[in-house]
Amino acid sequence: MPKGYAGKILEIDLSSENIKEIKIDKDILRQYIGGRGLATKILWDRLGNRWEEIDPLGPENLLLMLTGPLTGFVPGGRICISGKSPQSNGIVGSTVGGEFPIDLKCAGYDGIIFTGTAEKPTYLFIKDSDVELKDASHVWGKGAKETLLTLVREARRELENRYRGRGIWREPSALYIGPAGENLCRTAAVVSKWVHAAGYGGYGAVMGSKNLKAVLVKGTGPLPEVHDMEETLKFINEIVEINLGKDMFRRWGTGSAGYTVGAELSSEPVMNWQEEWHNEESFGVDKFELFWIKRFWGDFGCPITCLKLSVINSGPFKGAITDNPDYENQAYLGTNLGVFNADANIYLTALADELGFCGIQVGNVLAFTAELYQRGILTKEDLGFELKWGDAKAFATLLRMIARREGIGDILAEGTYRAALKISEMKGVDVTKYAITVKGVAVGAHGIRSGKDYPHYASYPCSVQGGDHTSVAYVPIDHGNSELRAILYDSGVVCWFNFFDVKAQEALWNLLNAVTGWEITPEEWFSTISRRILNIQRTVLLLGGPDLKWNPKIHDDIPPRWYEPLTRGPYAGKIVEKAKIQESIKEYYKAIGWDENGIPLSEELKRLGLEDVDKKLEQIRQSTK
Amino acid sequence: MSSSGLIWIYRNYLNCSGCRRCEIVCSLSHEGKIWPEASRIRIFMLIPGIEIPHLCAQCHDYPCVSACPVEALSISKETGAVLVDKEKCTACGRCIEACPGNIPFIHPSDNYAVICDLCGGDPECVKACKEGGWNALQLVKRESDYNFKLYAKTPDRITKELAARIYGEEIAEAI
Repeated sequence: MPKGYAGKILEIDLSSENIKEIKIDKDILRQYIGGRGLATKILWDRLGNRWEEIDPLGPENLLLMLTGPLTGFVPGGRICISGKSPQSNGIVGSTVGGEFPIDLKCAGYDGIIFTGTAEKPTYLFIKDSDVELKDASHVWGKGAKETLLTLVREARRELENRYRGRGIWREPSALYIGPAGENLCRTAAVVSKWVHAAGYGGYGAVMGSKNLKAVLVKGTGPLPEVHDMEETLKFINEIVEINLGKDMFRRWGTGSAGYTVGAELSSEPVMNWQEEWHNEESFGVDKFELFWIKRFWGDFGCPITCLKLSVINSGPFKGAITDNPDYENQAYLGTNLGVFNADANIYLTALADELGFCGIQVGNVLAFTAELYQRGILTKEDLGFELKWGDAKAFATLLRMIARREGIGDILAEGTYRAALKISEMKGVDVTKYAITVKGVAVGAHGIRSGKDYPHYASYPCSVQGGDHTSVAYVPIDHGNSELRAILYDSGVVCWFNFFDVKAQEALWNLLNAVTGWEITPEEWFSTISRRILNIQRTVLLLGGPDLKWNPKIHDDIPPRWYEPLTRGPYAGKIVEKAKIQESIKEYYKAIGWDENGIPLSEELKRLGLEDVDKKLEQIRQSTK
Repeated sequence: MSSSGLIWIYRNYLNCSGCRRCEIVCSLSHEGKIWPEASRIRIFMLIPGIEIPHLCAQCHDYPCVSACPVEALSISKETGAVLVDKEKCTACGRCIEACPGNIPFIHPSDNYAVICDLCGGDPECVKACKEGGWNALQLVKRESDYNFKLYAKTPDRITKELAARIYGEEIAEAI
C-alpha cells in the first residue's frame, strides 16, 4: 500500500445491510489517485458496460465518498462525492469541505462506496472499525440544523455510554442531506457543517434515492503514515506560508466578488444572465462584513478561511445563518435574482443550506423561473404568486416548494434544463434558450462575454463536468486553470483555493510525492494520469442516459443566452461569435486528443491503456458519422 | 511556588476560526504524527460556527493532581503545567472527573490521561495561532489567581453560552 492512504474502503450495501471492507490495488491507486479519479475508475469498472441504462436515482447507481492521499495533509479538509450524476448523466467529482474526510481517514478508511437502497430512512455511524447502519426516521424531513444537531447529540451520548471514563467525546463529523435530497431534487447537495455543499452533480438526490440521510464518522487514530514526514511538513508549511500572505483573500474570501465580478469584470449573472454587469455598492463586501464580523471560519488546517460566519440577528431575515455567503451564492442567490442587498442574499443562502440545495443549481432554476415569469410564459396562476426580480420572500417560497416538490416545484425540482424541456412542452414555446446550463449542469457564476474573467470560449462546452466552474477546459492543457489540474485537486483530494499561486502549485507536486513515495512528474500527470480520468469522464458523459444524451455537435456549446450581446456596462454590445466558439472547441479537441466530433481518439485511448473504453465508444463514433 | 516564569495560554473563543492548526502542531510535537484526537488541545464544534478550543486551564488548586490515586500527575515548577507520568498513570479517569471542565481525556491508543504540558514553556499551538493572525490563543504570564479556574468548563457549557450570544437561546439549547 502506498503511503498517505488509510488502506481500506468501506463498501456498504444498503439493500442487504451488508458491510465490508475492500482494498484497492496499489497500481490502480498510482493511476487514479483517489477522489474524482478513483471514483471514475470504480464507476467505469462497475457500471461502464451498461452505463446508458443506469438510472442515477435508481438502486443500481453507486454513491461514492472518497478522500485521496493528500487529504488531511494539504490544508483544508475536502472529500469528493461522486456517482452517476442525475444532472449530467455522466460522472461529476463534487468536493465538499469539512473535517469529515479527516475523521474518515483517522478511522482507517479512504472512502465509502454505497450500493443499493435502504428500505427505510437510514444513517451510517462509523467509530473507527465499528460501522453501523441506524434508523434515521426521526430526522427524515428535517432541515440541516436539526438533522445535524440531533444526530451529533445522539452519537456523542452513545460514545460516552460505550466508552465510560475516557473523557469528553468530540462531535463526529457528518455529511447529510436536507429535504431537497430526500425528495430527489436534481439540484440537491450533499452537505456538511450546515453550510458546506458538494453541489455540482446533484448527489444529494442520489443519497436521497438510497434513503441515506447522513453519514457520521469519528476516527481516533492518526492520519496515515507518509513516505517522508520531513519533506511532507516542509511542503505543507510552504503552502501555508504562501496562503497566509494573502491578506485580502483571507479577509474577504470570495465574498468581495459579488460586487467586483459585476462592476469590474462584467461577468456576473444578473437576472438570469440577461446582464453580467452591475455597479450596486449595496452589494459591496463592506455590507456583508456587517453580518460576518461574527467569525472567520476554516476547515481542518486552513490558512485562508475564505468562509466566514454570517448571522442575521434582527429585521425581516432574522435567524439566517450561513457562511459569507461566498461569491457563487452571492451571485446565484443574489444578483441573478435581482437581489442586491446583503441581508436578503444571506437569508436566501441560509434557506438553501437548510433545505440541502446547491446554491448554484437551485439559484439557476429560480432565475430561470423568474425570467419565464417576466416574459409572461409562466404566470401567477402557474406559480400561485407573483415572482418579481429582487423579491427575496417570493424566491424563498419557491425554494420551499421545490424542496417539497409542491405545485410548479415538482417540475423545477428536475433542475433547469429538464424543467425547460417540460415547460416547453407544456406551454408550446421553446424555453430551453433561457436555460443557462451546459449538459444539464447550471454554469458557475463566471461568464465569458466580457472576456475579462477566467473561463474562455471552450471552458464550459468541453468540460467533462458540464457547467462546473471549478473544472473548466483550457488550452494549453497544463494551464493554471486547466481541467487537468482540477482533476488533480479533486483526486488529491484537496482544496483548490490553496493553489492560486504558482509556487504553491509547484509545492503540490513535491507534496504528492513526499506523502505517497511516488515519483509523479507534471509531465506524467498532464500526459497520462489526468488524461485517463478525463477520457473516461468524457466517455460516460457521451454515453449518458437513460433520460438524456448529449451530442457533442449540439451540446458542446455555451448556453444560448451567451450569444446575445450584453446591453449594459463597459462591454455592452460585445458579441460572442458562434464561429469563434466553434474554433476554440476544435482547438481544444485537438489539444486533448479528441476527434473532430469531440470523441476521444482510438489511438489516444490505446496509448492510455483504455482499450475497453475505446471499444465502448465505437458505437458513438458510428452514430455521429 | 513562585509565580515568576509561569505561563498561561489565554483563550479568546470568539477569535477561533476553527482551523485546527493548533491540533496539527500539537500532535506533531507530542506524537510525531498529525493526530487530532491525541492533540492536547482539541477544538470542539458541537454547533457549526461555534468552535471552542479546549485545553487545560491550570487551576490554582489543581483538583486533578490531588484526585490522582497513583501520584501520576505533578505540577511543573517551571511552567505550572500538569505533567502526566505515563508509566504511573492507570487511565482510571479520576482526573477527568475532578476537572471542572472534564478537560483531560484518555489517549486514543495508549493507556494514560492526556493533559496539556505547555510544551515546556513554548506552546506550539500558540505559535500556530499567532502565525495565522487569529490570536485565539495567546501566551501570557501567569499570576496567582483564582480566575484561571473559571476557564475550566466543559465544551458543552462554553458552546451553549457562546451560541446563545451569537445565534440565540433556541439553537444553544439544542446541543
